[in-house]
Amino acid sequence: MTVPHHAAGLSWRFSTWWVILRTALEERLVYRGDFALGTLMRFLPILTQIFLWFAIFDAINAQQGNTRESSTAQIGGFGFRDMVAYYLLTMVARAFSSMPGLASGIAQQIRDGEIKRYLIQPIDLIGFLLLTRIAHKLAYYAIAVGPFALVFFLCRDYFVTGWPSASVMIAFVASLLMSFLIGFFLEAAIGMIGFWFLEVSSLLFIYMLFSFFLSGHMFPLTLLPEGIGSIVQFLPFKYLAYFPAAVFLGKIPSEQLPMEMAIQFSWLVFFLIVCRLAYARGVRRYSGFGG
Amino acid sequence: MDDPATKESKPVGPNYWKVFLTFASNSLVRDMTFRVNFFLQCVSSIGWTLMNVGFYLIIFQYTGSIGEDTGWDRDKFFVFLATTWFVNSLVQAFFMPNAQEFSELIRTGGLDFALLKPIDTQFLISFRRIDWSALSNFVAGIVIAAIALYSLATREVNPMIPSLISVLLYFVFVVCGVLIMYSLMISLSATSIWLGRNQTLYNFWFYITNFSRYPMEIYDRGWGKPLYGFFTFVIPVLLVVNVPARLLARPIDPRTDWEWMLVGWALVATLVSLATSRWIFKKALLSYRSASS
Repeated sequence: MTVPHHAAGLSWRFSTWWVILRTALEERLVYRGDFALGTLMRFLPILTQIFLWFAIFDAINAQQGNTRESSTAQIGGFGFRDMVAYYLLTMVARAFSSMPGLASGIAQQIRDGEIKRYLIQPIDLIGFLLLTRIAHKLAYYAIAVGPFALVFFLCRDYFVTGWPSASVMIAFVASLLMSFLIGFFLEAAIGMIGFWFLEVSSLLFIYMLFSFFLSGHMFPLTLLPEGIGSIVQFLPFKYLAYFPAAVFLGKIPSEQLPMEMAIQFSWLVFFLIVCRLAYARGVRRYSGFGG
Repeated sequence: MDDPATKESKPVGPNYWKVFLTFASNSLVRDMTFRVNFFLQCVSSIGWTLMNVGFYLIIFQYTGSIGEDTGWDRDKFFVFLATTWFVNSLVQAFFMPNAQEFSELIRTGGLDFALLKPIDTQFLISFRRIDWSALSNFVAGIVIAAIALYSLATREVNPMIPSLISVLLYFVFVVCGVLIMYSLMISLSATSIWLGRNQTLYNFWFYITNFSRYPMEIYDRGWGKPLYGFFTFVIPVLLVVNVPARLLARPIDPRTDWEWMLVGWALVATLVSLATSRWIFKKALLSYRSASS
């Protein structure tokens, strides 16, 4: 390149992004067969969930004297079919918000000193990671859309209300995109803890455990008892799984929806700032040795 | 592997029990070297247990039992849950780290060294490492079982105290369950000899055993029946927890022929699984080509 990097400005920046994006995409598509199979396998636990919830609702119906066909039993605002649809939708949400290997990757780069690269090259670490993550996700969706479509088609009867309205659909997509960004900045911030503690894997495991429970991946958060439930609703974790699914199923009243979206956006900004701050602070106390 | 040459020259075989104890103490030393890590692992295991207990407590807020007429009410289901915890913690403590390491040994060619040792390879592969922190879940299981059994014995509606014979049978069939799981795991990890590497082993394991974590009655309807049959008779993971839990959580006397048949089948299935896994393991070793040079 003849033009010096810093002089080329925006167009150089875009071409860098494009190269990063394309490389990461190609990297990912190498294992597409493994990928598609793995994605399909991930739906297996849903199968047991269907049976489990059917049995639970069966018992509830029997208690209330309903017949199976005319069943209107609901728990936490979810009927049997809603419940299954909910689990399927959290799979979609998690496909956006889960960041396998992000935090541990950052911590590892800090530990083995690879992070020096970003301190001397004109590339921003967080920006670079975000781009690679976007590329990975895009590649993932390109392959996973097949298995996902298949499973959703097979399970279409569980979506009792059919497709949501256009405005809800837009909110759903927006909440998914924001859940991706929240997931990214949250996990990246956790990875930055590596600047202070060298070993974060156990900490990460505990975080993952809590996020599994508090994000609503395990069950809809509305099932929680009153006191705990309202606290959990205030936490950011619900945007990683529960919230997008609840939006799609119309469980969020339409008058509350704009407010909820705004709160989600605020969390996104919050984690973005935390992540940036942690990085800036971490780099200041970081000392790289060796070559 | 049994090498006839070494057998002849060494009439006295290794003392397996002593070797096992050495493995156990080595692992304990290793675990205790990273004490904070060990502690955090225990904490996260207990956290996972609490979450599951919380989940089922929430479910039993809304329903009296899992499934209509299945008899799995809250106390009995928690006996079931404790059984799941016993089996899983034993498998995770004794076999899981080894199965993972086995795949790694195959990939790196380190299996060569295991094959050269004058001891049964399957034994060496299966017991080398013990994850002591996984046993924290065993303790958690004891707590759950104790509370559930106490509540079952003292409640007003249908109190029940398990008889001595059902407790004895319970222990026998928990061991059977662990052995079935072990056979499945060793067979799965042996396949990595053929597949080269087996990164999805843990996932696959999780998905299969996922079926064993619920009362088998819930699959016994509609399109669940093929699953019920498959996971009872072909890959018998449904027996692992269901048979012992049922023996302990229900009175031993009025039992249907079907239930006794399942108990008998669990015994047979354990033996068949062990034999099959041994066969698969040996077969897999025959096609092992070292990865080095």
